[in-house]
Amino acid sequence: MILQMKNIQKSFGELEVLKDISLEVDSGEVVSIIGPSGSGKSTLLRCATFLERVNAGEIRYMDKAAVTTNAQGEAVYVGHKELADVKRYFGLVFQQFNLFPHYSVLKNIMDAPIHVQKRNKDEVHEEAMALLKKMDLEQRANAYPCQLSGGQQQRVAIARALALKPSILFFDEPTSALDPELTGEVLKVIRQLAEEKMTMVVVTHEMPFARAVSNRVIFMDKGVIVEQGDPEEVFGNPTQERTKQFLRHYQR
Amino acid sequence: MSFSTMLAAMGEGMLRTCAIFFLTLLFSLPLGMVVMFLRRSKIRVVREVTKIYIAIMRGTPLMLQLLMWYFSPYYLFGLSIRGYRFPAIIIGFAMNYAAYFAEIFRGGIEAIPQGQYEAAEVLGYSKTQTFFKIILPQVIKTILPSVTNEVITLVKDTSLAFTLAYNEMFSLAKQIAASQTSFVPFVVAGVFYFVANYVVAFVMERIEKALDYYR
Ligand SMILES: Nc1ncnc2c1ncn2[C@@H]1O[C@H](COP(=O)(O)OP(=O)(O)OP(=O)(O)O)[C@@H](O)[C@H]1O
Ligand SMILES: [Mg+2]
Repeated sequence: MILQMKNIQKSFGELEVLKDISLEVDSGEVVSIIGPSGSGKSTLLRCATFLERVNAGEIRYMDKAAVTTNAQGEAVYVGHKELADVKRYFGLVFQQFNLFPHYSVLKNIMDAPIHVQKRNKDEVHEEAMALLKKMDLEQRANAYPCQLSGGQQQRVAIARALALKPSILFFDEPTSALDPELTGEVLKVIRQLAEEKMTMVVVTHEMPFARAVSNRVIFMDKGVIVEQGDPEEVFGNPTQERTKQFLRHYQR
Repeated sequence: MSFSTMLAAMGEGMLRTCAIFFLTLLFSLPLGMVVMFLRRSKIRVVREVTKIYIAIMRGTPLMLQLLMWYFSPYYLFGLSIRGYRFPAIIIGFAMNYAAYFAEIFRGGIEAIPQGQYEAAEVLGYSKTQTFFKIILPQVIKTILPSVTNEVITLVKDTSLAFTLAYNEMFSLAKQIAASQTSFVPFVVAGVFYFVANYVVAFVMERIEKALDYYR
């Protein structure tokens, strides 16, 4: 089991955004999360990546506990050092790419492996070039993010995340900030990663993509998982009324 | 008095003016960084006190502040202020400019999108690494034009040291002009400030150009 989230609760003030969500992801699985705006999809990923603190629940990566809940029902995070260890297991790709504008494409990819993981520079360089090749961007190694299209920037962001060799990669609407004609190139890269059995959790509004690529689809609404299962089941024959309604909206 | 003797006399004042200028930058830039952090502190009292400090520094004349820094040890504590003239000037300038720089830095920091911090955090950068590698370089680029303005103002503000009867270039120009009943020292002073600011603008433009490789 790569990721295990149990009974996650998260509120912003009075607003309960995640209500008792549990999610497990196995090695090699590709999980898509779909659902209406405001249902808590981003918040779930942000809790999984520790960008937000949960109020209660458990989070484990590779069977190492990062968050547990004490007798009073409050979430307890492990210490700074242990948390840093657990953080190595995952990567996150943002909707807005969030590349470092003052670093070249190559430095965006190489900097964290060298300065965070303290790995050998030549080795990291070689891997970074291989990643760029895979993203079909070897020609742009020395460009700066502002010189790239959105689709290219997002592929650099994926390469940057992969350079740290995560066990699981999260995507939060990786194509939502892109012009329609550029979504294809990013989805193609994710599809390719899926074929290589990269473990991924993808929040997306691209229904055909979710159906074709994932092993499991999760439909979220109002902070709960309403339905989940095989993509053919969820898309082809949803059991819940809310799922049907949501999917109908997309078929138009 | 020949023109060259006059220049020689004023030359020493120019050196003093330069000393005020460089020492003020040397102290006020890092101090401004500290004030900015205090201004953004999580502790409310610290934040509020810093706000008051900035308000006073920006809301009262620098000339008055210089007088205060110089004379207060004597009036408040009865201490001798002999030999304290130059340090008082540097303290006064540095404390005043630190307040302005702090606000410029703060504007620069707050303009950095939250996503930059989040990306750095997920990639495992420490807080210190994030600040020095990711945030600060971008802040420097955005604040450069405002810093240039401040530095140009500083060149001209050095003349305020005359308040404490310190013989920097402007004070000397006034003295020589009075004793020689000549207008020339003022022209020399004007040319000096103008050239100094021309150099400042030139250097800052070079730095801005050097950072032009990204947006
Ligand atoms: N930092 C925050 N402070 C307060 N409320 C927040 C915060 N972040 C999210 N919310 C609220 O939590 C709810 C869920 O937001 P979230 O971004 O997780 O939804 P989402 O499913 O990702 O939606 P979308 O499809 O629009 O991205 C929304 O009502 C949102 O307004
Ligand atoms: Mg979202």
